[in-house]
Amino acid sequence: MSVARHWRETPGRYNLVGTKCGNCGRIYFPRRSICPECRRASFGKMEQYMLKDHGTVFTYSVVHEASADNNNLKPYAIAMIRMDDGVLVTGQLVDVDLDKVEIGMPVRAVLRKLGDESHIATINYGYKFVPKDK
Amino acid sequence: MDVGIVSYGAYVPRYRITPAEIGKTWGIDGEAMGKGLLIHMKSVPSPDEDVITIATEAARNMMSRCNVDPKHIGAVYVGSESHPYAVKPSGTVVAEAIRATPEMTAADLEFACKAGTAGIQMCMGLVGSKMIRYGIAIGADTSQGAPGDALEYSASAGGAAYLIGSEKIIAKINKTLSYTTDTPDFWRREGAPYPQHGGRFTGEPAYFKHIGSAAKRLFDAMGSRPEDYQHAVFHQPNGKFPTRMAKELGFNDQQIKFGLLTPFIGNTYSGAVPLGLANVLDNARPGERIFVVAYGSGAGSDAFDITVTDEIEKYNRQAAPTVADRLKDTLQLDYGRYAKFKGKIMMG
Amino acid sequence: MREVAIIGVGITKFGELWDASFRDLGIEAGLKAMNDANLTGSEVDGMFIGNMSSGSFIAQHHISALIADYSGMASQNVPSTRVEAAGASGGVAFRQAVMAVASGMHDIVVVGGAEKMTDVSDEAANSILDSATDQQWEAMFGATFPSLYAMIARRFMHEKIATREEIASMAVNSHAHGALNPDAQFRKAITLDTVLRSSMVSDPLTVFDCAPISDGAAAVVLCPLDAAKKYTDRPIKVTASAQASDTLALFQRNDITTFGATAAAAKRAYSSAKIKAEDISVAEVHDHFTIEGIMALQDLGLFKKGEAGKAVKDGQAAIGGKVAVNTSGGLKARGNPIGATGVAQIVEITKQLRGDADKRQVKDARYGLAHNSGGTGSTVVVSIMEAL
Repeated sequence: MSVARHWRETPGRYNLVGTKCGNCGRIYFPRRSICPECRRASFGKMEQYMLKDHGTVFTYSVVHEASADNNNLKPYAIAMIRMDDGVLVTGQLVDVDLDKVEIGMPVRAVLRKLGDESHIATINYGYKFVPKDK
Repeated sequence: MDVGIVSYGAYVPRYRITPAEIGKTWGIDGEAMGKGLLIHMKSVPSPDEDVITIATEAARNMMSRCNVDPKHIGAVYVGSESHPYAVKPSGTVVAEAIRATPEMTAADLEFACKAGTAGIQMCMGLVGSKMIRYGIAIGADTSQGAPGDALEYSASAGGAAYLIGSEKIIAKINKTLSYTTDTPDFWRREGAPYPQHGGRFTGEPAYFKHIGSAAKRLFDAMGSRPEDYQHAVFHQPNGKFPTRMAKELGFNDQQIKFGLLTPFIGNTYSGAVPLGLANVLDNARPGERIFVVAYGSGAGSDAFDITVTDEIEKYNRQAAPTVADRLKDTLQLDYGRYAKFKGKIMMG
Repeated sequence: MREVAIIGVGITKFGELWDASFRDLGIEAGLKAMNDANLTGSEVDGMFIGNMSSGSFIAQHHISALIADYSGMASQNVPSTRVEAAGASGGVAFRQAVMAVASGMHDIVVVGGAEKMTDVSDEAANSILDSATDQQWEAMFGATFPSLYAMIARRFMHEKIATREEIASMAVNSHAHGALNPDAQFRKAITLDTVLRSSMVSDPLTVFDCAPISDGAAAVVLCPLDAAKKYTDRPIKVTASAQASDTLALFQRNDITTFGATAAAAKRAYSSAKIKAEDISVAEVHDHFTIEGIMALQDLGLFKKGEAGKAVKDGQAAIGGKVAVNTSGGLKARGNPIGATGVAQIVEITKQLRGDADKRQVKDARYGLAHNSGGTGSTVVVSIMEAL
């Protein structure tokens, strides 16, 4: 049971906490310990940065063959979301009429169950996206 | 020092199923059943939702409506009878998800359908005694009804969160009191998948006796009468019980209008009274008085006398969806998908 | 740096090979390659094995030693190294071997690629493949490997770079060629309708847009070009072998209608071979998914952006077209035992340049290219071979 592997990423999983480079100001998600642009100049200057929870659908697919975690959800939409902060994030798009998913659709991040290894294992929670409230 | 509600947030899953659809599977006239229970449809959690995600959504809605620094929150209590874990708190996930950790306390509560209001009372005590500045009480459930059982027509999902404090309160809690006995009308043993209930025993000696007694004690304590309140909220396992209870206590249909959600979302258990109160607050004006009595099987009732303050005019209610918003744009399920969503299909 | 030649190739049949174990496959391909190069074995002084995930597929790590042992190389203590780069494992292993020979560190090197995928359930195999993506931030969040390519296909269609039919035509092309390859997993031509109407995997990609789960192995033998004639009359020159990296997760890229690593590796390879894309007459491109193949044809410069889909649909990627693409059947029809794929591509190009490709022979081919990719274009190897 890999509890710690999931636990140490909870800030990113629960709250979309990534990093901002203190040198150039670029935002990254998930967290990085150096900025790929500034490299050495960014070392020790990477700051926690929480993404705003809104974005739009950049691209998507409806998944029909899924892993065990998502068997009860399939078919479900997976999407790459262009967050309002500019970065892309991949996650499921849930509580949505699959026929109405489209590129450009506004969405909002929510906390959902991502899955578990078994019915006696810990439950992993993380972000998914829902259509933005009208 | 006045203690009351600083902010609140509600959440109801988007999926719905009707009693008629459930009845079709079991060869029962579900429509008639729905009419008898006064339930048009009930909410169903998505397979990726549970009490933790519902409580988190409600808490985030609550936080987005106020400017309270989450670091000033001293307690998080999640009340539910369907916590995803038997051992491991729901509240810690919720607290992390609103970034309130680590200098705070948390505990999960269970008292059938009144664990949420029990949390409000606990927060009131901690705030009133200045042990904490703000406390969060959440009532949320993804309640279980065995396939084919009467409960299947009502057991639903939802929750609401309350930020209790003494600063900028939008609603002052004038008084709270409880009425508790050992009355086994409804229970679920450790490890059992579905609750059991005493059938008609859940009515007279349980629901009506406890709510009625708590209500009368509150009237006596406050020297008030039903007509002093613009709104009343009662626990609502179905639409029928609270309507009858209200009438017996002397409230009219107008007073319970906003607080009665079961006809549209079913019985959200620990979420029921918190959601009903949230809908009242969505519509309340300064000076209005609210009479609230929750009920938890086993059994007990928590009663509250609440007055909406002028602060609600400045309060940013629009920052999060209202309960009414949550009743729109629903996704209807057939029984097959419902059974899959609820994990009622035995997998190989 | 010494010039390097391919002096022997060997490949097993690809498919669901229930009788064959991992070691059976690896040894069969290796022995065929050694035999092809007229080697006894004692000449070999280095081995590289491309393999993605034997640890997950057969619970066996340290397959470098396993293959050295069962191929008889352990008795002479030949150094053996396992290389992993997901789908590009075979291509990277090949490039490591090329560098070893070019540098003078080794003279006769055997490169093998092998994967035994059918000893686990399809579901387990798929989740092992998902681990080629960013497991923590893609797979964990419900992105399957096919779904990432489906999202690329969606952008292609949205940006009008290729139509759904044009994307699907990649599979038609691969199957037409696979039908001519006796070692291919699927030896049956299909129509566009077959692709479009088969069951959905990840919208818009269907089962026929995706390469199968396969067992198989392939091997090639390398030596310095100036010594090659000692072993074979028909050595094939390795003119270039370039590699490039990109972000692990697809969502870390700004444009997902191009793979930067493919473009970079291709540029380096053409530059090092001193040729242009137009000089390539036969190419094996990594079509784990149809969209991946179409995108590769553009990123490799074999077709312009926005024209690859149409070109494939119009037969320009068929044998006899502008450039013969995936004459082996590609990953789609030949099969895709992950670690073997990159090496199998080299085997096919070598056969083509030698004139050994029988019914699928491309006429007068001088330059052949192999494009091998891992994950969502996170590791890419482009190698160019030349007939002498």
